[in-house]
Amino acid sequence: MSLMTIIVKMSEGLGKTCAIFFLTLIFAIPLGMIVALLRGSRFKPVSWFAKTYISVLRGTPLMLQLLAVTYGPYYLFNISVSRNKLIPVVIAFSINYAAYFAEIYRSGIDSMPVGQYEASQVLGYSKIQTFIKIILPQVFRRILPALTNEIVTLVKDTSLAFTVSYQEMFTIGKQIANSQTSFVPFVVAGVFYYVFNVIVGFVMGRIEKRMSYYKM
Amino acid sequence: MSILEMKNIEKSFADNHVLKGISLHVDKGEVVSIIGPSGSGKSTLLRCATFLETIDSGVISYDGKNAAETVNGKCTYAKNLNDFRHIFGLVFQNFNLFPHYTVLKNMMDAPVSVLHRDKEEVRAECIALLDKMGLAEKANAYPCELSGGQQQRVSIVRALAMQPEILFFDEPTSALDPELTGEVLKVIKQLAEEKMTMVIVTHEMAFARAVSDRVIFMDGGVVVEEGDPEEVFGNTQSERMKQFLRNYDRET
Ligand SMILES: Nc1ncnc2c1ncn2[C@@H]1O[C@H](COP(=O)(O)OP(=O)(O)OP(=O)(O)O)[C@@H](O)[C@H]1O
Ligand SMILES: [Mg+2]
Repeated sequence: MSLMTIIVKMSEGLGKTCAIFFLTLIFAIPLGMIVALLRGSRFKPVSWFAKTYISVLRGTPLMLQLLAVTYGPYYLFNISVSRNKLIPVVIAFSINYAAYFAEIYRSGIDSMPVGQYEASQVLGYSKIQTFIKIILPQVFRRILPALTNEIVTLVKDTSLAFTVSYQEMFTIGKQIANSQTSFVPFVVAGVFYYVFNVIVGFVMGRIEKRMSYYKM
Repeated sequence: MSILEMKNIEKSFADNHVLKGISLHVDKGEVVSIIGPSGSGKSTLLRCATFLETIDSGVISYDGKNAAETVNGKCTYAKNLNDFRHIFGLVFQNFNLFPHYTVLKNMMDAPVSVLHRDKEEVRAECIALLDKMGLAEKANAYPCELSGGQQQRVSIVRALAMQPEILFFDEPTSALDPELTGEVLKVIKQLAEEKMTMVIVTHEMAFARAVSDRVIFMDGGVVVEEGDPEEVFGNTQSERMKQFLRNYDRET
């Protein structure tokens, strides 16, 4: 198989790689915020639940979580494995990344000076207004570098979808590598991920720049 | 009638009894300065008045309406505390401006999104206010682009934009370099001349003496002496006050 054929075949999986990537971001970014807020709840059972969630999802391999979400329903309830693996894959990625994002959000929220809350309170802002208008924009600004790190990792982690044979770029590459006993697909995959992350780095850099019109 | 009336305020942090049955009233148009040694509870008193701390017992009322009251030893706060918050403003020692908002947005946002006032009307008022304070050309600057003195003046106009009936200051010049305190004190003085009701916690004795209608000397969570500034500064009977002023003179 020529290099060109390998590249073309693997590119066909790129759409699915991107689907995992973007859908995970779309779900995990808000879900992480919810988990972070639950974690900060003064109601003990709620914060305990969120802490346990974070600790379990960060403390076990994403690969196991992928297997659990994809095949768990079958073994537990005899529900047939869904034909569109994108759904379990995105669920597994989203709940996993939400745990990481939650920790980042929490650290950002905790780093906010109490004076910002006090000034808002004295000016009569409600708790929700304070959070949305005053706290959240500054938190995002603070955590953006940490968020970028996680997003770069997410790009690479999409390759884990091969464990449930979801036909994304790396899964295809691995199949070609096996059938052709060739190392070339791995090199191609490496180049794809690298280019993907260069773009991610560029975009995040632009966002950081746009947000750094003020100093804290 | 008093705008603010605080009666028999008690406040402890764990077993640190900070306010020991302190009372304070402020009439319309009055400028009251609170002085006293570090740790005497001045900030705590202002923070209780502005609901940043909850009192253990006592009464806080604004315009004759109780915001907090104590019945049979049980202290309760009014349900509509936010309505009371519109009556006062607070200027912090370290400004607490919103760094992601421009100067104008810092001022306009609360009147518009809290008081639901007309945006254009608020804008016009805020610009006029900035103009008056000599900050007109800073309207679109971010707080980080301003000097400390300018930031504190902006935090004063931000409070004024809410059109409070009474304005509290907690050591408004303590975080500033000495050469910047003057511009902030000048603004407060100007407000005093316009009969703005103000309560000012300060270590600037000369300023307190010059600007106040009444001076309160606090020590150990109680009011030790209270009265006309000339009386309190010039002719105090209290040994603790004399000691405090001697220490102050030595430091400066
Ligand atoms: N949030 C808090 N938790 C615990 N103790 C506190 C808190 N705030 C103040 N205190 C204590 O209350 C006492 C009075 O503090 P406060 O800040 O009111 O004094 P102050 O008169 O404003 O002093 P300064 O002139 O130094 O500003 C101090 O012993 C302080 O340690
Ligand atoms: Mg203080």
